[in-house]
Amino acid sequence: MSTRLTTGGRLLNKAKQVKFSFNGKQFTGFEGDTLASALLANDQMMMGRSFKYHRPRGVVASGAEEPNALVNMGKDGKFEPNQRATTTELFDGLTCTSQNHWPSLEFDLGVANNYAARLLPAGFYYKTFMAPAAAWKHVFEPIVRQSAGLGKAPKDRDADRYEHFYAFFDVVVVGGGVAGLMAAKAAGQAGAKVLLMEQTSHWGGRAPVDGGKVDGGKVDDFIDTTVAELDAMDNVTLRNRMMGAGVYDHGYILGYERLTDHAPLLDGPRHRLWRIRAKQIVTATGAIERPLSFAGNDIPGVMLASAMRDYVENFGVSTGDRTVVVTNNDDAYRTAIALKASGLEVPVILDARASGGGVLAEEAKAAGIRVEAGKGIAKVKGGKRVTGVAICSQAGEGSVLEEIACDAVAMSGGWSPVVHLWSHCGGKLIWDEAQAHFRPDPDRAPTSHDGKPFVSTAGTASGPLKLDDVLVDGLKAGEAAAEAAGFTVTAAAAPKGEVYDEVPLVPCWLMPQGAGPKLRMKAWLDYQNDVKVSDVKLAAQEGYESVEHTKRYTTLGMATDQGKLSNINGLAVLSDALNQPIPATGTTTFRPPYTPISMGAIAGEARDEVFQPLRRTPIHDWHEANGAFFEPVGHWRRPYCFPSGSESHAEAVSREIRQTRDSVGLLDASTLGKIIVKGPDAGKFLDMMYTNMMSTLKPGKCRYGLMCNENGFLMDDGVVARIDEDTFLCHTTTGGAERIHGWMEDWLQCEWWDWQVYTANVTEQYAQIAVVGPNARKVIEKLGGEMDVSKEGLAFMEWKDGKIGDFDARAYRISFSGELSYEIAVPASQGRAFWDALLEAGKEFNIMPYGTEALHVMRAEKGFIMIGDETDGTVIPQDLNMQWAISKKKEDFLGKRAQLRDHMASEDRWKLAGFETEDGSVIPDGAYIVNHGTNANGQRNVQGRVTSTYYSPTLDRGIAMGLIHGGMKRLDDVVEFNKVDGSTVKAKVVDPVFYDKDGEKQNV
Amino acid sequence: MSKAVSALDGVTFDGFAKVEETGLRGMITVRGDLASKEMAAAVKAATGAEMPVQRKITSGDKGAVAWMSPDELLVVVDYDAANATVATLTDALKDSHALVANVSDARAVFRLSGDSRRDVLAKLAPVDFSKYAFGAGDIRRSRIAQVSAAVWGNDDGSFEVICFRSVAQYVFDVLQVSAQPGGEVGFH
Amino acid sequence: MLTLQCPYCGVWAEETELHAEGEAHLKRFGPDSDDADFESYLFMRENPKGVHFERWRHASGCGKFFHAARSTTTLEVFGTYSAQTMEPPQDIKDKITAKYPGWSWREFS
Repeated sequence: MSTRLTTGGRLLNKAKQVKFSFNGKQFTGFEGDTLASALLANDQMMMGRSFKYHRPRGVVASGAEEPNALVNMGKDGKFEPNQRATTTELFDGLTCTSQNHWPSLEFDLGVANNYAARLLPAGFYYKTFMAPAAAWKHVFEPIVRQSAGLGKAPKDRDADRYEHFYAFFDVVVVGGGVAGLMAAKAAGQAGAKVLLMEQTSHWGGRAPVDGGKVDGGKVDDFIDTTVAELDAMDNVTLRNRMMGAGVYDHGYILGYERLTDHAPLLDGPRHRLWRIRAKQIVTATGAIERPLSFAGNDIPGVMLASAMRDYVENFGVSTGDRTVVVTNNDDAYRTAIALKASGLEVPVILDARASGGGVLAEEAKAAGIRVEAGKGIAKVKGGKRVTGVAICSQAGEGSVLEEIACDAVAMSGGWSPVVHLWSHCGGKLIWDEAQAHFRPDPDRAPTSHDGKPFVSTAGTASGPLKLDDVLVDGLKAGEAAAEAAGFTVTAAAAPKGEVYDEVPLVPCWLMPQGAGPKLRMKAWLDYQNDVKVSDVKLAAQEGYESVEHTKRYTTLGMATDQGKLSNINGLAVLSDALNQPIPATGTTTFRPPYTPISMGAIAGEARDEVFQPLRRTPIHDWHEANGAFFEPVGHWRRPYCFPSGSESHAEAVSREIRQTRDSVGLLDASTLGKIIVKGPDAGKFLDMMYTNMMSTLKPGKCRYGLMCNENGFLMDDGVVARIDEDTFLCHTTTGGAERIHGWMEDWLQCEWWDWQVYTANVTEQYAQIAVVGPNARKVIEKLGGEMDVSKEGLAFMEWKDGKIGDFDARAYRISFSGELSYEIAVPASQGRAFWDALLEAGKEFNIMPYGTEALHVMRAEKGFIMIGDETDGTVIPQDLNMQWAISKKKEDFLGKRAQLRDHMASEDRWKLAGFETEDGSVIPDGAYIVNHGTNANGQRNVQGRVTSTYYSPTLDRGIAMGLIHGGMKRLDDVVEFNKVDGSTVKAKVVDPVFYDKDGEKQNV
Repeated sequence: MSKAVSALDGVTFDGFAKVEETGLRGMITVRGDLASKEMAAAVKAATGAEMPVQRKITSGDKGAVAWMSPDELLVVVDYDAANATVATLTDALKDSHALVANVSDARAVFRLSGDSRRDVLAKLAPVDFSKYAFGAGDIRRSRIAQVSAAVWGNDDGSFEVICFRSVAQYVFDVLQVSAQPGGEVGFH
Repeated sequence: MLTLQCPYCGVWAEETELHAEGEAHLKRFGPDSDDADFESYLFMRENPKGVHFERWRHASGCGKFFHAARSTTTLEVFGTYSAQTMEPPQDIKDKITAKYPGWSWREFS
């Protein structure tokens, strides 16, 4: 039985009962309980099933290292799987279920795997699913999918909110145990800006449970005093329920603060991810006790000795009535003494060391506990619960000397410092022979931007385990960190910790040391993933000598706990099998986060409406209110079309085009990039940026220009207007404004920094509206104002400033549709009013807005290229027959040299042509022009591809542009485009200008 | 100009700090030699303010001047005064190599006030907003969540955030999310 | 995630404010160059384990391009400096020499 004791429970508020449910059963606990302690108090020892064999699993630890007691927490939008019961604070109304079983925790059909365990050895995945190939889809995959994962995946949207928080400190101390408190105090007293974070809800770590005195007083009192002192310092921030999740380059450290996990009804973010920059980081992360590897060490009731002590002292909970303690060090005697002091039976302490223990052993014996030196456990008896142990000599092969009935086993294989945060950013470890653990090597610390160390350790995270050492180490670490952060430290003495004389541990990686295959098959290393001593031995035997390979082959340490209990034991077994010292085997890589953090915390505020920035033009609201169907263009949303009534998108597009070509349409072109380029050298500069000659452009005029990168490939296009002698306004594509502005600045700042040119990106200063169609001029004239927009007053490819209506406007007489067209820019804040005014003025012409698809079709009808359609980063202007836009007079422009390269000038390049299908149908998007024969991969040879393909309502047939070998030399050839169904469609090579070839319409 | 409207028409949110769109503001980008006498005179004539040093914003009787980069200033005046200020600056710099551009309409401005205003910003920008690092007269260009923005500290203790007009809604939304009651950090 | 001090606005900017802009001190070869020079300008890049010179832009900041000298293995930053220069400043080269005696990177050492 595990049950609640009448004594103990230093973290409990016994005045406050808390109700919760587990697998539908109603239980009660106390405020201050963890879910694990409350379940134990209700005799719920078994809390889950293991991953592979579905073996019964009870809680084995009391903190973040727990591999077994994982539950599905909450429901609906608050559901989350794989939550550790040991770190889940109990709250009223907590609802959880156990995982990885069917139909129930007590009776699980998956346990069949357990009986087939011998057929499922290390690497069985790799060995089993090899053949026949068809079996994968129909047999293996369905089974694997069914058994994949531990907890259930959430089905609902996460109901909680999350956020990030950027903070900057001189010193960040991770871990609020006595070492962390000392370090924070020392750094704080030196004047450093300090953050001390603690992953649990209480300060002091495990020192109060382990006992001893500080300066002659209780540890608890020392903790309270120190926390109060820290609280009073303005330069120190204390945060509990906040885990140091990871340490990264240049002093970056993530703090994972859990705000409402313990009180889900609180309003506010559930988790806050602190994105911290620290000059120095002190990891006071403590140590984790190692299990011992003996047969049956996974049966519920077998627990880490320190955890069992925690449950007694912190929560007043007994794990069993009769507990056998098994150890290779002195610390576990504390558990025996604590159990005995609580009135529980300890039938025997089995000390694997032949010489036994020290002072604590004497204390235990004095308390009347039987102590057996040189003995160990041959086997734990029981199924879903420990019923007894068989004792053997540690030195032997497991012959049973005696059987002892018990319902719990407390084990201790020694302690390993928590080196994760130290290691995340490159801190190196050394093997400490005396303590049989890896500890941080202070001479090989992670280094920061200045090449100096920025992470240090304090307390048991450094290696020392005794209270007096821990206090001194904490103080020194805090002082050193403050000094390294630039503060002056006045040396202080650490408080005096009580010293126990302890006998060193003796490493014990297998119990008994000569255990044969039968026992090794039942000696668990990784409880969650079911990796046993035998599996690691098998991996070594099969040639997996690297610890990283063995990890992946056996899945050792790959569970949600990332091997916090199993790694050291596993690599010790591997070292033994390889007959090499442990440091030669080394550890696997420690990667952040220390324990899993929520996806919500990583996303922060970026969800729903603000998942991604949405750029809106000044007219966006009108589009939205008038049923626009939007398409994303960069971060902009542009109307694709404006469907009316039951109209399909295709119908809407056709209507918009016909209206524009017949009368007048409006386009919101505000998203086009606008960059001012100004200075005495502006013309010279633009001559370099564009393939055309821009310096000869006259003020008042516009010129269409192409931009290439140094590879010669087209990267952007747009209309350049010369404002005055020194000033140009360059239009870019919608997605290109920031990129092209950056591109210009790059050349001005890094190459031609002696040229006198300034640029400014004024894209958003203006709302720009294209008024397009034969009636465009009439609409503008109807608005009044002083601007002369007549054929003579504002000729094609001219621009002009002035009043249109009472709007300050700049009108460009340019056309991307082939129609009479004005693009008119007004200040963005007046954009909506101007749009409304144009709609009103255009009523008699049945004016209507058109979207980007109509824009695309109309430009394709005119044979105008589109960046991103005709170009894909491998196309040069010459491919698009645009020699007319490439200056031959200029000695240099970006891309010119590349366009001289052999293959760029080759006649074999695919070049632009128009295409008309014989049957009038629309060529599918992305279709290739097939050629005779096949390539080496058996694929049909190709000789070109379509780049733009639309139904043209103007011509009532499909039209297309594409790149074809030979280009316009192939005029009138009939070629075949492939279709998705495997057939092809025949099309004739034609002039890509399908509409108004002489440009009569735009020049009226 | 009654038809001129700011991006969000003065929307406000009262969270644990207050977020307000301030409405239209006159803003002029000036690029040139910040060390020149002409530039100092131009800035003085336009705003009455002294030339700001690196990452500072100074103010005068007619407006403020922010240091944006070693060759760029942002002149901040009343919206209605923007065109006249452009003219003043252009005239004062007519013999220098300089660029003056009215960007008033390209921006949105938000004011953040209340004791916890620093915490709101610290949720969104990778910047030290503690009182030791940032205060009245400081300007910092950075990002707010996923978009570029600048923040300056006013003499009355409030902060103003400027961003591009197209992302005004996004910036207001993330400020609102960050200032949501229950999300108090109690740090700054 | 590294931090670099922008030499133009003085800000210690974290990577999310910056944009990586490739290798530093490339010499541009134009229309008169031969194929070998042009190829090396366009395509040949260093990929060192250790000392490296890069261009960065304080994109979400003052917008300026600048140079940085750092170690690709330890991420130690030896310094950031103006974009308007053809070679790393001597004090930064000295700092590198102190850490990596005998280093060389393209024509610099």
